[in-house]
Parts: sequence; structure tokens; C-alpha cells
Amino acid sequence: MREILSKEVGKKIILLGNEAVCRGAIESGVDFVSHYPGTPSSEIGNTFWQIKEELKKLNPNFHFEFSTNEKVAMEAAAGAALSGFKSLVAMKHFGLNVASDFLCTLMYSGIEGSMVIFVADDPSCWSSAQSEQNTRFYSLMAHIPTLEPSTPQEFKDFTKFAFEFSEKFKIPVMIRSTTRASHQSGPVILGEIPNSKFQIPKFVKDPRRFSTMAPRVLEMKRELFEKIEEIKREAEKSSLNKVIYGNSKEKVGILTSGVSFLYVMEALKKLNLKLPVLKLGFIYPLPERKILRFLRNLKEVLVVEELEPYLEREIAILAKKENLKVEILGKGEKIEGGRIWKERKAILPQIGELKPEYVEIAISKILKKKTSFNYQLHLKKLEKVKVPARPPILCPGCPYWAVINAIKKVIDPQKVIFGGEIGCYMLFSHRVINLQDYLYCMGSSTGVAHGISKMTKQKVVCFVGDSSFFHAGIPSLINTVFNQSNPLIIILENRTTAMTGHQPHPGVGDGQAINIEDVVKACGIKNVKVIDQVENQKEFEEALKEFLEKDEVSVIIARHTCALLEKKKKS
Amino acid sequence: MRFVREKEKIMKKEFNLVIVGVGGQGQITLLRILEEAALFENLDFKGSELHGLSQRGGSVEVHFRMGKEIFSPLVSQGDADLILALEMQEALRSLYYASSKTQFLLNKSIIPIPGEEVLQEDQILNSLRNFTKKIEIVEASKICKEKFQKEVLAGVYLLGYAQMKKFLPLKRESLEEGIKRVVPEKYLNENLEAFRLSQS
Repeated sequence: MREILSKEVGKKIILLGNEAVCRGAIESGVDFVSHYPGTPSSEIGNTFWQIKEELKKLNPNFHFEFSTNEKVAMEAAAGAALSGFKSLVAMKHFGLNVASDFLCTLMYSGIEGSMVIFVADDPSCWSSAQSEQNTRFYSLMAHIPTLEPSTPQEFKDFTKFAFEFSEKFKIPVMIRSTTRASHQSGPVILGEIPNSKFQIPKFVKDPRRFSTMAPRVLEMKRELFEKIEEIKREAEKSSLNKVIYGNSKEKVGILTSGVSFLYVMEALKKLNLKLPVLKLGFIYPLPERKILRFLRNLKEVLVVEELEPYLEREIAILAKKENLKVEILGKGEKIEGGRIWKERKAILPQIGELKPEYVEIAISKILKKKTSFNYQLHLKKLEKVKVPARPPILCPGCPYWAVINAIKKVIDPQKVIFGGEIGCYMLFSHRVINLQDYLYCMGSSTGVAHGISKMTKQKVVCFVGDSSFFHAGIPSLINTVFNQSNPLIIILENRTTAMTGHQPHPGVGDGQAINIEDVVKACGIKNVKVIDQVENQKEFEEALKEFLEKDEVSVIIARHTCALLEKKKKS
Repeated sequence: MRFVREKEKIMKKEFNLVIVGVGGQGQITLLRILEEAALFENLDFKGSELHGLSQRGGSVEVHFRMGKEIFSPLVSQGDADLILALEMQEALRSLYYASSKTQFLLNKSIIPIPGEEVLQEDQILNSLRNFTKKIEIVEASKICKEKFQKEVLAGVYLLGYAQMKKFLPLKRESLEEGIKRVVPEKYLNENLEAFRLSQS
């Protein structure tokens, strides 16, 4: 961390993929960074949060913020870029769902300075409840140029490229990562940090460019398509897409990108093979001619990518158009990781992350070659090892335990439905707690509670974290008043965004802190109590009992600081 | 891969290490120390770690690979040269990475899993023996608790032990350099002491 601002050009330091994105942005002279915490993207915000003051000394324009949610973060970064600054916004895959409304429109106008959007997917859901999704389909839908780096060094280099490219084409550029790529560490060679700039750009009025009113909006779409065609020509020439073992005479090739490329190289090393490999840095738009040239010499191509097939589908369409005879191998339907796959075509899983051995097995199947290790036999042996799962659980001393204990004391869990949400409290699903009957996304505990209680008259107790409340909890709260339902909403205010590394939120920010009870009251909620559930257990229990009987919506704000944060502050 | 060409010394073969334990036992700090040590020796390396949800008292596993040219950040199934288990039940989970070549170094420590029966040491060792004969148990937590009143130093103690027993092909000086680069000033002495203690 301390070395990320080092000015020693050529020095080799150790960075995580995500940290290398930060360094790449710094070497590009980034002015504005916004983020909403979400693992596996959290290190982007955490890094800038820690170094923002030092960065201001290098670049007086520099601003970093944790925005209220990903959509707001993206809009803010766009505002900076529309005014001519260099901006970076980072989020996890769900964050892009939230921001997608804005993204799809922003692509029509483009930007003035430069703008890089970093999105990290989480195959295997290591740090994600909710869903395991493939962000690359957003690239297609929004028409956003998208890059996928493989190593920490590439994370830095691709970020710099993305800023330059964005500036050149006046278009936002996305860098898409996955957990294992983002959380891999390795050596990175440092480049130069540019000297500070003294000019301050301004937003220059140009409604024709920035206002997406019909009928102009359809012209803007055409202009975007033209821009993408131009970018495609650049992608064809780009060294970000490269062929390894291009001289190989083998008729089986591999097409891959991102962390999957690393598994491919590992597998080839283990099998002692030199198959031609096309490593794509550009995921959208695809360098079609380069891909076709690669495919032309092959009988079979294995597409190695994580999650649902994106490259595989796009390449199948390309090959069909050109009437190529090459057989495209990759995913099957709903095949899970860790199994030995039976169908010849279905050799890589769509669910769960890839592992180097999956790729080795896939290649060895195609070439009818023995694997370097008897994976199947080993899996059989492992079946006999019984080891109970150790799922994560709330920390000892967590103030949420007091909420759980009070609920278990005064409520019959069979008679009440418990709505969960995203944050540490989604661990209420742990078998020793068992207070979570549904869980979707941020803001949804109350949104769903309204529908259930409105239609079934069942009582719903739903949980919302403080950061989550500001992120997406307010519109659904208003809806319970506007359309009259009666859930009991418990806002778990632990004064931080704990799960992702204790980032501040609007209730505790450096600026004017916003009182949650003021917001709740302003939304028209009449039954509101703020209680420290740890210090005043009895009062908390009484409030639960009282509010459970209400015919209208009620809110208890359980306010007690996160135990880990307390400890951190003391040390 | 400029750093590969620059390399002065080249390891003959690659080395794959998996560290397992429970969230809070310091796996990521150990990984950082190993990485700095490898960088100090001018080796290529990759580390893999997980953050967020997975750290809240759940199983945590980190991977470290070094050698001439390292691609994958993950160790392959059955391919670990060394598995460092900071908790014994977690050693069982790490068997995915174990085969007859694997050296196990276990911290004699069992942290119960909420709502589950605790597995006995004998049960655990019997399972491990079906995969490899190379198993060593060290009372690292107990020693560090007695000596420093800090069980979390068990990890760095075991690094020292692994180095001394030649389970870990990094030089003692490189690892000490790694500790100095990674551990904050106020905890540095106790970490160096714990590392050296296992070497004496």
C-alpha cells in the first residue's frame, strides 16, 4: 500500500489486480474516483480512500468519494468526465445492475475527458449472496468498449490504455475482472506519475451532445454504432489481443481472456503442449478479422471463459457467417464445477469459477491425452473425507447478536417472516441464527415485505443496514407509507459499511452526517424508535413487542457501532 | 514477462503452497510475507486470496506459487508441495490440494465450528495419512500463547519452522526481509521473535 505512490520508475512492487488498477489510474493522472464498496472490487475504493490526501498533493484537482450507490457513483464520474476530467468509477457486478440505467444512456452521448468503469464479477460467489452473473453481456447491451486483463501487470497497463482510448474516442471504457484476477497478487513494474496539472476544465454547454431527447436520441444511437465500428478497427490492430504459439502446426486451438488465460497456460505447461492460443484483451467490440484468421487454420477451438458462454456464442455466430468448418467447444448446459464432464462438447462449467485443472481436463479430453494427475481418482478419494462446512458467521461481540437475542426472546419465529438484505446481517441465514426467509438485493427487504404484508396480512420483520438504507432503502420505505402496508423494519445502524472493510456512508461521512431517524420521519413514518440494542436490551425488546402489533409500518433503528470498528479505532 | 528474463537465480522447479485456517488467523499477512520474500529473491510468483464475506470467521485459504514462470494464481488439485494448516479441521478441507508429494505442517489447534461436533485429532490425522505420509504437527498456537500471549503469531512461527525444516525453499534472510516489509512497526519485534523462535 505504502508503495503504490512510489515515484521510482521501473521499480517492481507487489500489487493485487485491483490495486494495480489504482496505480494505472494514478499513472494516467486520474482526477476523480468514485466507488460504492462491493467485494471483489472493494480495494479500489479502499486504496484511494487511504491515499487521497497524498494524491491531492500530486494533483490539486483530485477528488475521491464513496458515493451513496453505484448509479450515483457512475453519474458523478460521468459529470466529471463530461466536464473534461479523467474519472474512474468502480463497482462489483451487482453494482452495474444498479448503474445500468444510466450506463446505457451515457454511451449515447459519450464523454469529453476520459472515463473508465471498473467492474468485478464474482464467479463462485465467494463474496456475494444474490447472484453469479456475467457482466460481459452488459457490454453487448450498452455498447461499451470492454477490456479484460489477466495479470496484475496487465491490470495496470490496461487501465492506462483504457484512459487513453477513452480520451481518444470520447467514450467510456469498461475494464471487466473476476474475483481470482482481482485478488491475485504479483509483481508490477512502476511507470511514471505525471506532473500535476493546473488548468481546471469546465462543462461546456452542448445539448446536442448531452441531451438524449427524441428524435435526436436515435441519431445518437447511430453515432454510437459508427464509433464502435471505428473502435473495432482499432481492436483489430491492438496488441492487447495476442496469439501465443502462433507457429504451432496443431489443429486444435484455444481462445480465451482474463484469468482463464492463466489457467490455459498452466494447463498447457502441465500437458507439455504448445497449442495456438488467442488471448483477447478486447472483449467488446471483438476483433472479428483477427479471430477469423485464427480460426481458419483450426479443426477445433476450445473457448475457455468463466460463467455463461459469451465469447463462445459470439464466435459461433462469426464462424457460421463465414461458413468456417471449425468445431467450437466450450460450455454445456448448467454443468457444475468439480465434476467430470461426460458430454464431449460440454467440457467446461457455466456455474462456479474455473480452476486450472478443469482446463487441463478439457484439453486432454479433446486431444485424448492423459492428464498430468489422476484427478478423477483423487476426487473419489476425497468423497470419503467428511468435513463439516465452516460458513462465515457474525463476529464475537457483534452488536447484531443483541438484535438476534431480543427477537428470539420476544417473537415466535414461526409466526413472522424475516426479510434479509445485503450486508453482514445476511449472515442471519446461518443455521445457528436462522432469521432470514428471503434475500435478494440491496433495498429489496422492504420492497418485498410490502408485497407480502399487503397481500397476505402476514407480519414481516425486515432488516436493512445503514449503508444499504442510503443505497436503496429509501424508495421502498416510502412505498410502505404511500401504499399502506405494515412491516416492522429494523435498520441495523452499525455506523459503517462493515462487510466490505469499514467504509464510511452518508450517516457518518466526513461532511454533514445525515441522521437516519430524520430521513425516516420525513418519509412519513409515525412509529420510529432509536435504541442502542446492546446498552438497552429491555427497551429494545419492548419496542419489538409494541411495533409488532401496529397496523402501519414501523421502524426501529438499532444503533450500536460495529465491534471491529471500535477495536480498530482504539488500536 | 520482463521480470523472468531479469532473474538472477532460477528455481529448478515451481513451488506450490496452500495456507488454510479460519478467518482472523492471519493468512493474508503470511501470504504478503512470502511474496515479499520471493520478490527479494527475484523469483516469479503469484498469490491468491479472498476478501469480504469469506473472511467473517469462515474457512479462509490462500495460495502462493513461485518459480521460473508462474501463470495460475491457484494451486491445482493435488499439486501442493506444502500445506500449512493453522487449524486442524481445515487441513481436511485442504486435501483437495494434497497428494503423496505434499508435506503437511499442522498447527495443533482446533477451533470448533458452531453447531457441529468437533473432529478429533486422530480422526483428522487418519484422513490425512490416506493422502500423504509427510505430516508434521507443531504446537505453534500453544507456544506463541505462552511466550507472547498471542496465538495469532502461530502463523509466522510456522513459517520459520517450515523454513528451518526445508519445507519452504526460501532463504531465512528473505523471509525476515518479508516480515520487515509487511508487519507494522509496533508488531515487528514479536513477529521476528516468533519467526526466529521456531528456528532455534
